Order: sequence, then structure tokens, then C-alpha cells
Amino acid sequence: MSLILLVEQTLNGLQFGVMLFLMAAGLTLVFGVMGLINLAHGSLYMIGAFAAAAMAQASGSFLLALAASLVCAAFAGVLIEVLVIRRLYDRDHLDQVLATFALILIFSEGTRWLFGSFPLFLDKPEWLSGTVILPFGIEYSLYRLAIILVGLAVAAGLFWMIARTRVGIRIRAGENDREMIAALGVNISRLYTFVFALGAALAGFAGALVGTIQSVQVGMGEPVLILAFVVIVIGGIGSIKGAFIGALLVGLTETLGRFLLPEAFALVFDPATARSVGASLASMSIYILMAGVLIFRPKGLFGSA
Amino acid sequence: MKREMVFNLALLALILGVALWAQASDEPFLITLTTRAVIFAIAGVGLNFALGFGGLVSFGHAAFFGLGGYVMGVLAYHAQTYTPLFEAPLLIQGTKSMPVIWLVSILLSSLLALAIGALSLRTSGVYFIMITLAFAQMLYYFAISWAAYGGEDGLSIYVRNGFPGLNTMDPLQFFALCFALLLIVLLLVSLAARSAFGLALGAARQNEARVQAVGQTPYRLYLVAFVISGAITGLAGALFADLNRFVSPVMFSWQTSGEIMVFVILGGVGRIFGPVAGAVLFILLEHLLGGLSAYWHIYLGAILLGVVLFARGGLYGLIAGREVAHD
Amino acid sequence: MTEPILDIRGVTKRFGALAASDDISLDLRPGEIHALIGPNGAGKSTLIQQIAGGLAPDSGRVLFDGRDVTALSTAARAQLGMGRTFQISALAMDYTVLQNAVLGALGARGGVFRFFRPVMRDAALLARARAALDEVGLAEFEAMRTSELSHGQRRQLEVAVALTLAPRIFLMDEPMAGLGSEGSQRLTGILDRLRRRAPILLVEHDMDAVFALADRISVLVYGQIIATGSVAEIRSDAEVRRAYLGEEDEA
Repeated sequence: MSLILLVEQTLNGLQFGVMLFLMAAGLTLVFGVMGLINLAHGSLYMIGAFAAAAMAQASGSFLLALAASLVCAAFAGVLIEVLVIRRLYDRDHLDQVLATFALILIFSEGTRWLFGSFPLFLDKPEWLSGTVILPFGIEYSLYRLAIILVGLAVAAGLFWMIARTRVGIRIRAGENDREMIAALGVNISRLYTFVFALGAALAGFAGALVGTIQSVQVGMGEPVLILAFVVIVIGGIGSIKGAFIGALLVGLTETLGRFLLPEAFALVFDPATARSVGASLASMSIYILMAGVLIFRPKGLFGSA
Repeated sequence: MKREMVFNLALLALILGVALWAQASDEPFLITLTTRAVIFAIAGVGLNFALGFGGLVSFGHAAFFGLGGYVMGVLAYHAQTYTPLFEAPLLIQGTKSMPVIWLVSILLSSLLALAIGALSLRTSGVYFIMITLAFAQMLYYFAISWAAYGGEDGLSIYVRNGFPGLNTMDPLQFFALCFALLLIVLLLVSLAARSAFGLALGAARQNEARVQAVGQTPYRLYLVAFVISGAITGLAGALFADLNRFVSPVMFSWQTSGEIMVFVILGGVGRIFGPVAGAVLFILLEHLLGGLSAYWHIYLGAILLGVVLFARGGLYGLIAGREVAHD
Repeated sequence: MTEPILDIRGVTKRFGALAASDDISLDLRPGEIHALIGPNGAGKSTLIQQIAGGLAPDSGRVLFDGRDVTALSTAARAQLGMGRTFQISALAMDYTVLQNAVLGALGARGGVFRFFRPVMRDAALLARARAALDEVGLAEFEAMRTSELSHGQRRQLEVAVALTLAPRIFLMDEPMAGLGSEGSQRLTGILDRLRRRAPILLVEHDMDAVFALADRISVLVYGQIIATGSVAEIRSDAEVRRAYLGEEDEA
């Protein structure tokens, strides 16, 4: 095992974590402000990826594709918030789980109907292909590095928005006391729609960015959704800071686990056993991490409610 | 309450009638379909014990369904390849006997539910939903990477397991077995619902402080309910694997957890026979809509959405009235 | 003087800088109703929770029947004989009145992990439940769904459920809260009879009820007991008048 490989895998973990944060931020905001658990968040991720792929095909421009992912996912977010989600805020979690599960069925099959079952491919643009040389002579994919930087920038923007802007103040007020923001004369239903659309746009954006590395296909959203849930549960549901820390933890655990565990087991077992035991343990590792966190902190690392 | 009873009996008669009619008109596929509904009903009755009676929203019951499936798969696989399961510390052979497989499924599912429940019940609300989901995912990924038993491809069993005195390859006889098990499970669950335990569990669901104030610990009530619930769903998993003569990680997937939940909701949460109605309805929709369009999940989604938003009591809520029966 | 059944010694509970219970000592003796009064935010509910087991004190001990129960759970204390009613009714609202009472009787008898016998046909439990309902005047409402009861009837049912436990003491957190004058008179009558069963630690805002019922009154202000004594003593206590009664009487 070389140090260079380790650094590269750590960067991959970071990139994965940053993507998870884009997903998790929306989920945790929606839960924190509206008290809603939204399984269909993965569908918004998928919608973003498909929108980007379709736009890239039509226009050939990567930036336009990214813009399309943001716009389409936000639009889909507003649509389902107004039509369905709004009726769920006062319902119990069971109803929310089921209704948003139903939305997944509708979105997945609808997308399959529109685009077919074959995966689409979204190419990264010329100007982001290739590799860069980092300090100590480490070669790394330019595109992945760009994802990390863009993701961190978005995270910083989100923190700034919540800490400094008027919308952010309302969001924080909404997390603490719903009646209070109503008393302040804030149009709650517009705030809710905005928060939901913001979360949707971030998810769609993540879908487009990841869709470029992987393929764009129906069902791509749910594995990420489940990971995003793990992230916010570890971080503490409703906490943006928790989502950020949780996302990086999960991203690094998942990526480094896949890389290190088989190598670690190879010290004890024969190569074939080490590979299989290491791989199965690696894929379970984040769930073990989550169970471990919840056993010691049943409300997550930064959870309060 | 009386109306609900009538509906319960009509539902059972319908299932039995369809199977017998299919036999008479030589439609084995329809018998298999009915058997599927019966097995799903057992899984749903299991989940409903935790979800409906205890208010425990488990989004990870695929863990037990899948475990039951793999118990069947692994035991039968060793029996059909004549290889022992373990040699040390003691020799354990595979088996093709259904009763043994059922017992092992129930036992191991109970143990798994005890472990998952003991940890998960320390949390509540959304955290509980998510941690149960996470445990099921853990097993899902474990099954995928467990190459010895087929990994992602799963395990095929060539001949359905046996039951003394029956030819289980005959669709109607296998149906009869599953149906009998459903009846037994329903009987036990109705008894439990009316028992001292059922009263205390339902009270804990409604008001934990009340239960503590009369000297009971909600955690223990929930844990026992979760174990019973897991055991029943595990049994259903073993039957499902036997029906298909195939088991794969899909049985552990989160979609499976979601579907078991759908059976419960379509029928009516907290009604003893609710999941039976839900499973029948689900199979019916799958069959009818599936014939209509390859994208039938869109319609299923729309119907589910409609039920959640506008008909919260499910089928039983519509037919047997809003009042949930006690006594 | 008889030995106290409930003996609270130096209980302290802080939330940050705020001392919700500041070195509180207080006892409850057989046959008496001991009322705990005080303005809102004085820490009455916090104290009740520490006695019943919902909240652990930072220091101090709760002795029940000569036994240190400070480390025991709510459920364990209930089993030892603490019968509690809540400020906000805590009942199984979907159950019938009788089911709620049977739940209490079941809690007292134990054996909740029985799965096969119908609990609502258990003659011993039913008899116990019905006796308690009868005592609070709810016998004719036994088949009614609890959510359909009036506010006052729910209060009575809370008392009945506590009664089924055959408790050694009652802990009652504002049982009169939200009742009209008729309702609180009825409940006052019930509690008056109840003291022969077991002594009552009564947290209450309704001064008419407190003065009518209490053998002793303790006044809690800002987490401290500023006075304990008979009704007459408390009425005439200068500090109490200043801290508490004065304001309320004039209001």
C-alpha cells in the first residue's frame, strides 16, 4: 500500500462526502424546519441527473446541463411540495414515509417511461478532463477535485445563508418554534416551499455532478438517499453542521473502508478470504458506524430535538 | 366490530375460494399467485404487530424476511449439495424438511429482532425508522458480498422442501400449508392482541407515561413485540423463498421493507386482518395493473398516495368503519 | 408523631444556573393530605418528577417506606406503590374507560407478559377496575371511549387508575387544573375520602381545594420551601403572604 494511493483514496472519500452533503443538506433542512421525512429526495437527485443528461445531449454544454439540473429539480420540488408534501407536515412519520415512498414509485416509473431503462451517460467537459498534479507529486482527477471545491463552496454558501441572511434567520426560527415565525408575520407556506425547493435543487445538482462520474439511470437516487439518511442520523437530524460532519465521516469511512479493510485482512487471512470478508465488512461499515453513534448518542452527534 | 368480523371471514373465504377455483379450472399460476398473497399477508401480519399494535415504525422488516429466506436457502443448499453446514464444533447438516426450516427461521429471526430491537428501541421517531432501515441495509450488503451463498445472484434450490405426508410441489398442497400457517398466525395474533400483553402494548403506543405510572416499562413491551413481529415476518420469508425456490439479496432490500409496509397500510394499520386485505389488494393490483402497463408502479404509487392522503384507515377503514375494535 | 411514608431529603436539581429544586426536604405521613403550593415556575412539577422517577436529582435522596428509591425507575416506583396522576391527562385515549382501569389493575398485579388469555375477561382484574371506577363515580361510563370523556371525567379516571394500583401514596399534579367549580368540588370530595386509603401529596393551584383538603401545606418559591405548616399557619405566615398569597388574593 502506497502513501500516494492512500491520499488519493482520502480525496475520493472527501469528494463522496461532499456529494453526500449536498443530498443530506436538503433532507436535514426539510426535517429541521418542517418536521418532514422525505424518501423522495433521491428522486430529485435522479431528476437532476436526467435533466443534465438531456440538456447536455441537446446543447452540448456542461454548464447549461448543470443549470438544467438545478432548475428541473427545484421545479419538481416545488411541484411535489405544493401538490403532496404540504399535506404531510401535520401527519405522523408513518404517513410521511409511505406517501414519499409512493412518490418514489411514481417518479422512478415515470422516468423509466420517459427515458427507458438503459443508462444515459453524461460526459465531463473537455476543460475538466485529465488530471492535476498536487503537492508531493500526487496525480488526481481534475473533475473530482473540481467537485470537492464546488461542493465545499456550496456548503460555505449554505452556512453563510443560514447564518447571515434574512431567509436563514427565518429558517433557524422555524427550526426552533413554528408558531413564532408565524407570529412574526412570515409567510410560512412560502418559506416551506422555498426550503423544499432549495433542498431539491441541491439534490438535483449533486445528481448531475455524480452522474458524470457514474451512469445516469432509474434507481440511482435511492442508494444515495439511504446514505444521506445515515449521514443526517449520525449528524443529528435538523443540524446542517451535523450533516456536514456526518457526510464527511460517511464518505471517508465508506471509501477508505473499501480500500483499507481488504488490505488489513490480508495481513491475517489468505488473499481470497481477505478480499471477500474485507469487502463485506466495508459495505457494512457505515451502518456499523451509524449504529455505534446512535448507541452512544441516540439523537446523533449534533442533535437536539 | 361485528361488521369487521364478517369482512374477516369473507376475506379468508375469498382466498380459499380463488385457490380452489384455480385448482378446478387447472390454473396453477393463479394458485401460486394466491399463495404469494398468503405469504405476503403473513409478513404483513408480522410487521403489523410492531407497527400497528406497538406503534413501532420499522422500515427494516426486510431484515427478517430476508433472514427467513436465507435460512431456507442455506439449509436446503447444503442438503442438495450433501455438504455439512458446520463440521466444528459440532456437525450440522442441511435439511429439506419444512418444519425444521420454519423453526430455525423463527428462532433466528427472533434472535435477530432481539438484537436489532434492543439497540434500535433506545431511539424513537425518525431515528428508529432510520436505524431499522440501516440494519436491514447492513444485511443486504452482507448478503451481496457473501460469495459462498451466491452473492448478488442468490441461491437456487432445485426441489421445493418437503413436508411429511404432503407433496409440496403440488401448488394446491403448498398453498394449503401456507394458508394453514396464516390461520395459525392470525389466531395467535388475535389472542395476543386481546391479552394482558396486548392491552399494555397498545397503552404504551398511546401514552408511555401512563404505562410507566402503572409500573410497566415500555421498552420491554416494545422489545417483546418487536421480537414476535420479526419472528412472524421471518417465517414468511422462509415460505416465500420456498415458493420461488430461490433466495437473493433482494429479499433484504429496502424496497422489500417498503412493500411489507404497503401491505399493512393498504389494509389498515392496527387491524388484525388488515395486512391480509392489503396483501390481497397488492397482488390484485400487481396483476391487473401489471397486465395494463409495464409501468404499473406509477399506478400503485398513485393509489398508495391516495390511501395515505385521503383514506388513512386503508381498506378496513373504508369497509369496517373508523372505530378500531377493542375487547 | 407517625413515621413518614415518603421522605424527601435535601433534593437539589439544577438546570444550568437555575436551581429548580434547591435543597428541598419534605415528607408525607399516613392519613394526611400534604399540599404543595407555589407560583408558576416555582419548581413544583420538577419536584414531582423527581419523586415519581421521571427526573434524577443532582443530589439528595427520596425515601419511600424507609427505602431509598432515588435510583429506581418510574415503573419500579409505581410498583412499590406510588400512584400518580398527571397535570395533563395521561390516559390511553383510544381505550374505553374500563380498559384504562384494567390497565392499572394489571400493572398492580403484574404478569403483563401473558399472551393467550383475554385480559378483559379476567374476573379479578375487572372487579378491581370496577371498584376503582365506582369509587370516583365513573362506573356508568365504563364502556365509553376515553377520548369522549369530559375534561373533569378524565381527571376522575386518572384518580381511578391510580386507585387500582392500591398505592401506598398518591402523587397528584394539579388534579383540579382546568376544572370548573362544580368539577373541582366533586373531585375535592373524592380526594377527601381518598386520604383514608393512602396519604396524598397534592400539587395544586386551586386555593379553595387546597384549604378545604390539606392537613399541611408547603410553599415552594424559586425552588425552595419557604414554609410548611397547617392551613392556619400558612394563611398567617408573613413571608408566604408576601411571596405568594398576597399577590393571588388581591388579584
